[in-house]
Amino acid sequence: MTLKRQDVEKIAHLARLSISDTEMPAYVSSLSRIVEFVDALSRAPTEGVEPMAHPLDGQRQRLRPDAVTEADHHDKYQRNAPSVQAGLYLVPRVIE
Amino acid sequence: MLHTLSIGELAAKLAGREISSVEITRHFLARIERLNGRLNAVITLTAEQALAAAAQADRRLAAGERGKLLGIPLIHKDIFCTDGVRTSCGSRMLDNFVAPYDATVVERLKAAGAVMLGKANMDEFAMGSSNETSYYGPVKNPWDETKVPGGSSGGSAAAVAARLAPFSTGTDTGGSIRQPAALTGVTGIKPTYGRVSRYGMIAFASSLDQAGVFAVSAADAAAALEAMSGFDPRDSTSVDTPVPDYSAGLDAPLKGLKIGLLREFFEGLEARNQALIEAALAVYTGLGAETVEVSLPHLPLSVPTYYVVAPAECSSNLSRFDGVRFGYRCDSPRDLTDLYERSRGEGFGAEVKRRIMTGTYVLSAGYFDAYYLKAQKVRRLITDDFKAAFARADLVLCPTTPTPAFGIGAKVDDPVTMYLNDIYTIGANLAGLPAMSLPCGFIDGLPMGLQLIGPHFAEQRLLNAAHQYQQATDWHRHGPHGFV
Amino acid sequence: MSDWELVIGLEIHAQLATRSKIFSGAATAYGAAPNTQASLVDLAYPGVLPVLNAEAVRMAVKFGLAIGATVAPRSVFARKNYFYPDLPKGYQISQYELPVVQRGSLTVLLDDGTLKQVGITRAHLEEDAGKSLHEGLGQSSGIDLNRAGTPLLEIVSEPDLRSAKEAVAYMKKLHTLVRYLEICDGNMQEGSFRCDANVSVRRRGSAKYGTRVEIKNLNSFRFVEKAIQYEAARQIELIEGGGTVVQETRLYDSDKDETRSMRSKEEANDYRYFPDPDLLPLEIDAPFVAEVRASLPELPDEKSARFVRDYGLSAYDAGVLCASRELGAYYEAVVAALGAAHAKLAANWVMGELASALNRDGLEIDASRVAPAGLAQLLARIVDDTISGKIAKEVFEAMWSEGLAADAIIESKGLKQITDAGAIESVIDAVIAANPRQLADYRAGKDKLFGFFVGQAMKATGGKANPAQLNEILKRKLGGA
Repeated sequence: MTLKRQDVEKIAHLARLSISDTEMPAYVSSLSRIVEFVDALSRAPTEGVEPMAHPLDGQRQRLRPDAVTEADHHDKYQRNAPSVQAGLYLVPRVIE
Repeated sequence: MLHTLSIGELAAKLAGREISSVEITRHFLARIERLNGRLNAVITLTAEQALAAAAQADRRLAAGERGKLLGIPLIHKDIFCTDGVRTSCGSRMLDNFVAPYDATVVERLKAAGAVMLGKANMDEFAMGSSNETSYYGPVKNPWDETKVPGGSSGGSAAAVAARLAPFSTGTDTGGSIRQPAALTGVTGIKPTYGRVSRYGMIAFASSLDQAGVFAVSAADAAAALEAMSGFDPRDSTSVDTPVPDYSAGLDAPLKGLKIGLLREFFEGLEARNQALIEAALAVYTGLGAETVEVSLPHLPLSVPTYYVVAPAECSSNLSRFDGVRFGYRCDSPRDLTDLYERSRGEGFGAEVKRRIMTGTYVLSAGYFDAYYLKAQKVRRLITDDFKAAFARADLVLCPTTPTPAFGIGAKVDDPVTMYLNDIYTIGANLAGLPAMSLPCGFIDGLPMGLQLIGPHFAEQRLLNAAHQYQQATDWHRHGPHGFV
Repeated sequence: MSDWELVIGLEIHAQLATRSKIFSGAATAYGAAPNTQASLVDLAYPGVLPVLNAEAVRMAVKFGLAIGATVAPRSVFARKNYFYPDLPKGYQISQYELPVVQRGSLTVLLDDGTLKQVGITRAHLEEDAGKSLHEGLGQSSGIDLNRAGTPLLEIVSEPDLRSAKEAVAYMKKLHTLVRYLEICDGNMQEGSFRCDANVSVRRRGSAKYGTRVEIKNLNSFRFVEKAIQYEAARQIELIEGGGTVVQETRLYDSDKDETRSMRSKEEANDYRYFPDPDLLPLEIDAPFVAEVRASLPELPDEKSARFVRDYGLSAYDAGVLCASRELGAYYEAVVAALGAAHAKLAANWVMGELASALNRDGLEIDASRVAPAGLAQLLARIVDDTISGKIAKEVFEAMWSEGLAADAIIESKGLKQITDAGAIESVIDAVIAANPRQLADYRAGKDKLFGFFVGQAMKATGGKANPAQLNEILKRKLGGA
């Protein structure tokens, strides 16, 4: 299956990636190549096959005890933040 | 010539107090400073911390403590979070990111007394097979600096090949340890999924990622892997089974070992590559192993399966890089969408964006069943093939890569050609199997790798088989001219 | 309205009352300084991984058992992918195809006294998002991730509700239940118990559902009622005016009492759900379910039925007294001290004087200034005729404000009822003597004046005369005997 420019634009927006007009044709063609390549899967008979989400069978989710183990380190954690004020991470105003 | 010694030999000298960890560390730091400019393998050097850690190791040694890695230097792939040290993941997105915590792998190796010299270059977010997608530029293959070292752990592989460190860590999602190990002539092992904690390892594809090591030999890899492995309550996919003493199992005889030969792997294999594999088989039969034919009929679908599953997981894993709490943020965003789209658009490189978009596509409404769900089903078929193979064979032998290292820039134009480079390695990730690559000869003067794949938690068997091979051959002792 | 039928389904988000978050060891306490309870996992730092909180699972199982649902032996966590600043990972960990609680129901008592069974499709575990703050930050919004990762149980009803009142009755019942189970503190101001309502209308008799609109984030019972009423009226007006309802998400504005479209959510959402590869399937085995079942408290319906059976209360009164575990316990403590024979008297007082005093002072039953034993002592004085019901109210007020025991107040204020017939007779004689004209009128047939004489006599005794005795003697004396 080949992708059109509008398909790639839609995907890029879903993924929140700005793609410039000059870059766009290369993405359209390489993504089309990839999608054509993975289309090979459609030929595999998989009726009745259970999808596999984890590589190891028979593993189950482990549970941790309900205990507070984390202390406040927001100063340290916010050193990586581009914009902080009064302990809050700043973003352009969110309209609801 | 400290850099030609094995981990075991260095540890013996440390134990005998013939040399200090600070001296060993200085030696390797000096090598990095002198040689790294040619290779671009190390992107962050932590000399000061290394010397402090070495001094600490010396104090532990002086107090009578002994350990396989106590005082031994290493380089971490820059995908592992290191407290107080930049952790870039090879991306502009994290160029300014200083991790506030240590990954479990880092913590464990620190506790074992290993000394971190710096962080290794890598394909951006581990997405690549040539180390050309790094924001910090390509890594060069020490065997031929016009060639790639493989990827994504290309910096880690090149660093060990050039003896800039006795060992290094890597991660393997579709071959990212084994392929660069093969292309740079070193030994690399990817253990069973769940064997080594993923906590603190920046995720690419969570159900495939697994940490491992590069070393000059299987014996060295055994020592390093043992220290990294083990249950971690912070990783829900970490498996709670004891870690054997890998080193202790190295000398077991191979008599009666059943080596599975994969039909599918030999189809279309280049003659010189096939000759190397056959020569390796002859070594094994000489060591008393038997060969059995096994078949993995769904293996040809492993690459397309991988290129659905891995991008799907990556598209979601990389959503946290949004310019809000850490990482790259674009200049003066107009609004929230602009902040997201430009921070991510500018912070990620082309291959990462391509994979995020592929993953977004295969998970999106209308395509989920045809791609993602289908790939998960084929993944089970491939896994079942391996199960059947391991009912007959103790391990499977095949090449690691179809060809030796290719030229820098040779495959960048077509992603699919690049992806096909992983054809021999991806299966083990899909099935969560341990696998390793060890040097088995040369083609056109470039090293080639032999791959061993085992059933779940058969790391010891793999290391044993690899070590016995390395006792019978000397391919792993070859090093690149000008570096060794 | 009568041509139209409302079809309502509710999605309730109950924050689970765990100490730590669903996937991290950070505290869940409300009201901490911004981001001081946001761990690396809650901040979605690179490399970190989620590990599931055992208590959150136990609470979900408790809920499932309490609504007679199936507790799934295997459920799966999935990622719901979308970008929003209060969602640090860019996905919410939730349950999609295989939720932990499947198919249960809740029986709700409606205003007309009938019982209605409301289906609960599912309840699943997920993580809460952080909060965006917009005040005082100029052109920016500030993100506080303290709430991010707080465990939520999302409880999804069938579209079984047919009026705003039914919806509220269901929501209140659920609110009672989660507090009984001690899995949620139910604090709606703090957002511990929130509601989204799916509302559609259809012509009565039509089998087909209308287009539904989702109203987001209703954080009080009153708002749920008003928002549904407004929205239903809007939809009906729209259809009757020839328009069509658009499937969308709307926000209820309580200041204007209207719903309005949330344009920000209008963009076609494609959440790209897939199983979270960082989490393994949640397996819940039979012994664990049995253990949780054994630990369940008496549930509101069971307790209410017992109150009807054992104490002779009406279903309505029993329902009110079982509205919270604490209220039920208080009531039962009063009955235990007073004797089950007087259970109705106790019920009237708990629902009457006590409830209004609590309400007036804004107190919860746990903080009542009059303890069950104290109230029982007061009621015992009514039962043994020491005081009248009317005086008892005065005593109760004094107990409430002064914190003294009933007997002490009766004693010190001299409120003990006069039951000495001679004393009452002499008071009545004096009253009759002082009001000859009224006496004459009464005897001439103005029966209404009886009340006048009761009032005068009561006044003369300071209200302390036993009312029954007083009536009897007065009747005899006025009759001329």
